[in-house]
Amino acid sequence: MEVTEKIAVDHGLKKEEFAKICELLKRIPNITELALFSAMWNEHCSYKSSRKHLKNLHTKGKKVIQGPGENAGIIDIGDDDAIVFKIESHNHPSFIEPYQGAATGVGGIMRDVFTMGARPIANLNSIHFGSPQNKKTKNLLRGVVKGIGGYGNCIGVPTIAGQTCFDESYNGNILVNAMTLGLVNKNKIFYSKAAGINKPVIYVGSKTGRDGIHGASMASAIFDEKIEEKKPTVQVGDPFTEKLLLEACLELMADNSIIAIQDMGAAGLTSSSIEMASKGKLGIEINLNKVPCREEKMTPYEIMLSESQERMLIVLEKGMEDKAKKIFDKWNLDFAVIGKTTNSKKIELYFDKIKVADVPINLLAENAPMYDRKWKKNKLPQKIKFKKEDFKSLNLSDCLKKIISNPNISNKQWIWNQYDHTVMGDTIQKPGGDAGVVRVHGTNKAVAACVDSSALYCYAHPLTGGKQVVCESWRNLISVGSEPIAITNCLNFGNPEKEKNMGEFVECVQGISDASKYLNFPVVSGNVSFYNETKDKGIKPTPSIGGVGLIKDYKNMITMDFKNPDNIILVIGKTEGHLPQSIFAREILSEKKGPPPEINLFNEKNNGESVAKIIKEKLVEACHDVSLGGILVAIAKMCIKGQKGAKLNNIKSLTSKYEYFFGEDQGRYIIEVKKENLKKVNELLKENSVHFEEIGKVTTDNLSYNNVLKISIEDLNKTYTNWLSNYMVN
Amino acid sequence: MKSSVIIFPGSNCDRDMDVALKKFGFKNKMVWHDDNELPKSDLIVLPGGFSYGDYLRCGSIAGKSNIIKSVIKFAQSGGLVLGICNGFQILTETGLLPGILQQNKNIEFICKNVHVKVADKSNKYFKNIKKEILELHIAHNEGNYFCSNNDLKFLEDNNQIAVKYCNAKGNCNLESNPNGALKNIAGVFNKEKNILGMMPHPERMIDKYLSGEDGALFFQNLIGNLG
Repeated sequence: MEVTEKIAVDHGLKKEEFAKICELLKRIPNITELALFSAMWNEHCSYKSSRKHLKNLHTKGKKVIQGPGENAGIIDIGDDDAIVFKIESHNHPSFIEPYQGAATGVGGIMRDVFTMGARPIANLNSIHFGSPQNKKTKNLLRGVVKGIGGYGNCIGVPTIAGQTCFDESYNGNILVNAMTLGLVNKNKIFYSKAAGINKPVIYVGSKTGRDGIHGASMASAIFDEKIEEKKPTVQVGDPFTEKLLLEACLELMADNSIIAIQDMGAAGLTSSSIEMASKGKLGIEINLNKVPCREEKMTPYEIMLSESQERMLIVLEKGMEDKAKKIFDKWNLDFAVIGKTTNSKKIELYFDKIKVADVPINLLAENAPMYDRKWKKNKLPQKIKFKKEDFKSLNLSDCLKKIISNPNISNKQWIWNQYDHTVMGDTIQKPGGDAGVVRVHGTNKAVAACVDSSALYCYAHPLTGGKQVVCESWRNLISVGSEPIAITNCLNFGNPEKEKNMGEFVECVQGISDASKYLNFPVVSGNVSFYNETKDKGIKPTPSIGGVGLIKDYKNMITMDFKNPDNIILVIGKTEGHLPQSIFAREILSEKKGPPPEINLFNEKNNGESVAKIIKEKLVEACHDVSLGGILVAIAKMCIKGQKGAKLNNIKSLTSKYEYFFGEDQGRYIIEVKKENLKKVNELLKENSVHFEEIGKVTTDNLSYNNVLKISIEDLNKTYTNWLSNYMVN
Repeated sequence: MKSSVIIFPGSNCDRDMDVALKKFGFKNKMVWHDDNELPKSDLIVLPGGFSYGDYLRCGSIAGKSNIIKSVIKFAQSGGLVLGICNGFQILTETGLLPGILQQNKNIEFICKNVHVKVADKSNKYFKNIKKEILELHIAHNEGNYFCSNNDLKFLEDNNQIAVKYCNAKGNCNLESNPNGALKNIAGVFNKEKNILGMMPHPERMIDKYLSGEDGALFFQNLIGNLG
């Protein structure tokens, strides 16, 4: 078949990109070669719209062993232990086929982690759905949760934390971001850079089928009415095979026979083989007849584009083939020598003894297009001042109930009860806290992890929003008593060819960069998902940030549940009562305009470090960061989790009580301290010039404030918990 | 005391069980499903997980694996065999225990703490255990126990019901039944009570930093009874 411009465009390439390919090759590519280009040059693999800006991210730090550019990032947690982690999107497939889309998202990110020699020890996820009233939302949510659980539960890796949001901007494009943490000995890390000539290239894992062909280009396309037709491009997962692959790979990694290893993720055999050769500045030769196929008569084109799951590509030391094969035989997995490394710096594919592709690697990898897309700056929205009359007809108790039963605040237990969160026997903080915590098996250490996003803030002002998500991640990690170390980001945005969307991307990245630099909280891995757009409607800009922290002695971990009556409750950080963009403004006052709360990085860092200090001094009984919903929601959650009440003092602030209780000012924490420790806490906080207020004390029952609020904890808990389970049942 | 944990392809609680057994004094060995011989053991454990990917039916392929022939022989000669979660499913598939484990009534995977009432103490697993109600952890998709009326009568007549789901006060009612199991059954014995299958995972609750410590009681008690 003669490749034409139209065929190239059908493969997702632009006309000018096809012209460039012909110019670089000095000829027209054949169909297999076009497949390679279409896969490598699409947004998903080439990062062509984002690369320029991602370079600005803060990626270095003392504890960073591996930053962006590998299968996952790696941080040092001491004693030769290192944590490998990354977050990745599987948005487009999950909208088309929620179960398989979400399941293979989890499978893919776990492979990224164990490819590097790490045993996965925790999974997290950030999932965003359309409005609960949207008719598709319920089924999508059910399918995604089942898919995430179905895969993670079967592998036997606990899902320890996550985040769920609802917003109408996701009606046509849900987000499924999956994150995995793995544990590795820092002297036994495996990379994807091939080295040496004439080394055998090995294919292991599942057989190759026709599923997922064009998955990567589908992930870089805008949705329309014909989206259902794309169903065949969604991969089908088999967690059982992945479990075998995990065990077999870790067994093979125990000796020194692997030179390089790469999982076959997006664009399958194409991207894995090209990336390994490209990083090693080598060539690669593959005999496609040797690739184990599950379907008959697969063409080179199909073999190269298949996104069948649970497959790995390995460059092995020569002479180790038999030893390696034995391991894969034991685990009943396919093992095939399919090619070798060469010094040609080209990818050369053979099929039925005919050379079916011959392309210099650099044209596919380094020479992939990079665009400096036009983007529009986003102005800070005008301030909104609420008047006393706005609050006049309100009732504090009703407002609190309405907010804690809001889909974006309410208890997500219905979801995480479907995830195995205790397998591996080291989960010491379950989902529902500020961060999930797992022990580093057999040591005193524990690792805390959380995932956050705040699309409303990012939409209102991307620069502030980008900073805020990083700060929120940092606060969550501080709140459980861990030292925040590094983050991974999943950047979910609309169409980068639109100046507005591109502007949102550029400024969110700037915000992330600013905050992570200031907090010394570097980005070590991540991915970008553009084109989250259906029928011209894009999603709100949604960077998801996955944070990882270290607890040196797990016995010092902190939880958010109130512990004992008569203990004192303090608010750390200044409360100005910023309501615009808050859940209160939106749900109670129906006001969607205005700027998000300001981020003051100095205060953020100072408050966080001071809280960390008093936690270290063992002066804190419970801690929770103040986020969505403000102080009262934070305290309500601490009451519910601890089955305790709280009696709140008369507020001294000049703001209205609604602004005080529901404002979403940043950099704040609620802590519980024993009376006898109060003096010392006061001193330490004053020493560090941290603003704090004594807001009340823990009681046995009822959350109360003067004579305007009195709710029993049972009532509060029901209101907080019932929304989601009722929604899913009805 | 010597124990052996069988690893099937897809088992995923094998390591957790190994850790728990060793913590409470067992000398434990891991045994590969394709082996024919069992090492000399006082206790054989079939761990939780998704043996053979739950293909066909949970536990069905494991029930036909190589090693299981030796396990059956060991059990029939009176040896102690403990099946947790998927291990319980395997034991019903081999016919060593009566009944079946169906999909949970709410057709969802359930991972949470539950209370179970110890229904019989005339056996090596629960003899001398002080508590009547244990707080344990479940994590399964197919834990809904079912058997025929005849089997149920047999189980009840011979006190073969080991543990029943209950609330914190010990009432076995509809609310405390997480998965729709017949008569709130969470675990059963064979007639001789050397074989125990149960859905809850004691190995996940072996120190105070985990979901709870009642799993520790189970193992301490078990090794005590074997001495």
